[in-house]
Amino acid sequence: MSSFYSDTGQRSGIAGWMMSVDHKRIGIMYLSALLLFFSIGTSLGVMMRLNLISPGTFMGVHTYNRLFTIHGIIQIFLFIIPGIPVSFGNFFLPLLIGARDVAFPRLNRLSWWLYLAGAFLVLASLFLGGGALDTGWTFYAPYSIKTKTNVSLALFAVFILGFSSILTGVNFVTTIHRLRAPGMKWHRMPLFVWTLYATGWVQILATPVIAISLLLIILERFFGMGFFDPLKGGDPVLFEHMFWIYSHPAVYIMILPAMGIISEVVPVFARKTLFGYRAVAYSALAIAGVGYLVWGHHMFTSGMSDASRVVFSLLTFIVAVPSGIKVFNWVATLYKGSIRVDAPLIFALTFIFLFSIGGLTGLIQGALSANLHLHGTYWIVAHFHYVMFGGMGFSFLTALHYWFPKMFGRMYNERQAKIGWFFLFVGFNMLYFSMFILGVQGMPRRYFDYPPEYFTGHLVSTIGSWILVAGFVIVFRNLIIAIRKGPKAPDNPWGGTTLEWKVPSPPPHENFEEIPVITRGPYHYGNDKK
Amino acid sequence: MKPGITNIVSAVDSTFLFITVTSVVLLVLVTFFMLYFVVKYNRKRHPQAEQIEGNLLLEIVWTVIPTVLVLLMFYYGWVNFSYMRNAPDDAMTVKVTGMMWSWQFEYKNGKQSNTLNVPLGKPVNLILSSADVIHSLYIPAFRIKEDAVPGLKTHLWFTPNEIGSYDIFCTEYCGTGHSHMLSKVVVMTGEDFEKWYGTAAPQGAKDRGLNLLQVKGCLGCHTTDGTGKIGPTFKGIFGRKEIVITGGKERDIVADEEYLKKSVLQPEADIVKGYPPIMPVIPVTSGELDDIIEALKGLK
Repeated sequence: MSSFYSDTGQRSGIAGWMMSVDHKRIGIMYLSALLLFFSIGTSLGVMMRLNLISPGTFMGVHTYNRLFTIHGIIQIFLFIIPGIPVSFGNFFLPLLIGARDVAFPRLNRLSWWLYLAGAFLVLASLFLGGGALDTGWTFYAPYSIKTKTNVSLALFAVFILGFSSILTGVNFVTTIHRLRAPGMKWHRMPLFVWTLYATGWVQILATPVIAISLLLIILERFFGMGFFDPLKGGDPVLFEHMFWIYSHPAVYIMILPAMGIISEVVPVFARKTLFGYRAVAYSALAIAGVGYLVWGHHMFTSGMSDASRVVFSLLTFIVAVPSGIKVFNWVATLYKGSIRVDAPLIFALTFIFLFSIGGLTGLIQGALSANLHLHGTYWIVAHFHYVMFGGMGFSFLTALHYWFPKMFGRMYNERQAKIGWFFLFVGFNMLYFSMFILGVQGMPRRYFDYPPEYFTGHLVSTIGSWILVAGFVIVFRNLIIAIRKGPKAPDNPWGGTTLEWKVPSPPPHENFEEIPVITRGPYHYGNDKK
Repeated sequence: MKPGITNIVSAVDSTFLFITVTSVVLLVLVTFFMLYFVVKYNRKRHPQAEQIEGNLLLEIVWTVIPTVLVLLMFYYGWVNFSYMRNAPDDAMTVKVTGMMWSWQFEYKNGKQSNTLNVPLGKPVNLILSSADVIHSLYIPAFRIKEDAVPGLKTHLWFTPNEIGSYDIFCTEYCGTGHSHMLSKVVVMTGEDFEKWYGTAAPQGAKDRGLNLLQVKGCLGCHTTDGTGKIGPTFKGIFGRKEIVITGGKERDIVADEEYLKKSVLQPEADIVKGYPPIMPVIPVTSGELDDIIEALKGLK
């Protein structure tokens, strides 16, 4: 049977990809685009680190302010938020539930085009009008209203990207409700599917809020409407609320599917069913639900009333519990397993370690009194990168190494993957752990320049960024070589039990010759002797 | 135990320490079990996994214990926070205005300063606001921070316990000069403070003007010694010939009184060639403006 790569349908060449409604082709295209933007965003981050060991030598202050803004916008809106759902979600959701495609394949293609349009507009905004914006990725008013840089076009681009996200959410929620194979009850769904489901709802319900907030900024810039400028009767704190009502749940859009991937990988390499399946599934829903109500913890020093700060702090502590439950269940899954430490498992365990640091430091800054010291410092930058990069980033690498054989039909070099991991792990912790220390010492974020006592921390951090880059070079070189001349991958190289491993690598255009009938849970290693 | 540089320090540090220690214990436990299982149940040693679906008791234990722990953390943070937010009635009030890119402190008797001078051992209550965009006043050594928001009054308080000079940073990104929006808190003895506080404002238009250049934050971007900074230098500015850009077109001007006044009141009207169009509108009275012009005339 021919794979979806050779089965192009009616068109061929680029049109065969761009016009395709095959979820696997769309997933591969998204994956390539994400990695492209990730590499741009990361390069900008490395340039920022370079400035910080010798402020002013390599760039001026205006350039630096634009760099950290564009770094944030690209990494967040073009990489992390669409991230796992559009790439691995698109490719594997139908395979995992025994479907031939998503519920609305053409809508899926529209999401992809909107993503491309949004990405194009983001890049265009860097060169048109007043040039690259310098507001930080949070676009706080009234600065975002006053700056002469090209805020409006960039915000419009994010607005478009929001629609792409909403449509993907609608598509996945519908797919999970309607297209599960016969016999796949809710409690027989793989955990990645559960997290995509929870994520889908967050995308649908939260994204419109940011769309409106950004539109209000654009209206204020063009027509002086005065929503957020106090001179015209507006309220800058209102913008902060509206921004975080979306952007906090967006953190869960990023991290929930990442957790789903860890829940897929740990059982396979432990040869064991997932410990506490229901607890892990329901905690995803709990995180998505409570996650809507904690946005105010970004605003503990904003001038918001003390009473609301107390309520938001309480809810923030509550949302930590389901994340903890997940971590405990993953570790318990390893207990009495039969564990093989292949590259995907190493990346997954690294996720658990780094995400735990990110989550636990979240408790520290979630406490009201401690927050008044830590807010707006490098501590927050460190916490954020541990959760986003240590969490979502390492989960993305886990998925890439776990599903690579299925997606590309080739195997990569295991040893090279592990060497690359080692560099990433060392570089990552040097780069970001030093930021925790800088933060406790009082180093404010978004500073182009700083008093000399912070130099050592910045130096360690910057050296870490170089080691991290070396790790990425090794990892991606390995995967690119594997695509071109890696040995052919078998259908099920890791001994997985979920449905994607029952079809050829890479899968055929229609996924399943015959839709399977499901009779048991997803991670059944019971009596099957290997 | 040492009282700390201010009364606030222990309220922040004790919460920080309590949660950090608990978190480190949890992290070590999770990491230890993870690595221990990976070694102990390695496939070579343990070829056949035991299928365990879950354990209700364990699920309850690791839901309830963390819940209790985080509620404790929340409570601890809350109690200390309440203390940090309620200044005693006898606190000395200082009005703080953040502006791009300087801080201005105004005392009860109308005295203005660009550093925050305070007497040792006396509670100080800061009432913050902003003249333009959002800023955030942060004194790391004191463990305090609050945003200065235009159109809103926010507050902070502390009692300094040690003589010294401490950094003030802005921690809410506010544009080009954000990382140079620095100032100092100077904690002095009650005697020294009274002496400073009692000094009359400078007399004579020129001296008043020079004081205003500092207090209003002008010197954050303009120098008086002829070197370039974010904006053109004040040295020899009166009567200087400049090329400015007005509405996208270049033209030649002489910096006379009329031009200088316009540059303060409408900083974006004419931009000196080679400098970025970023000067904010800084509120000044017409009397203050006259004094500033007198001072500029004197900077030869």
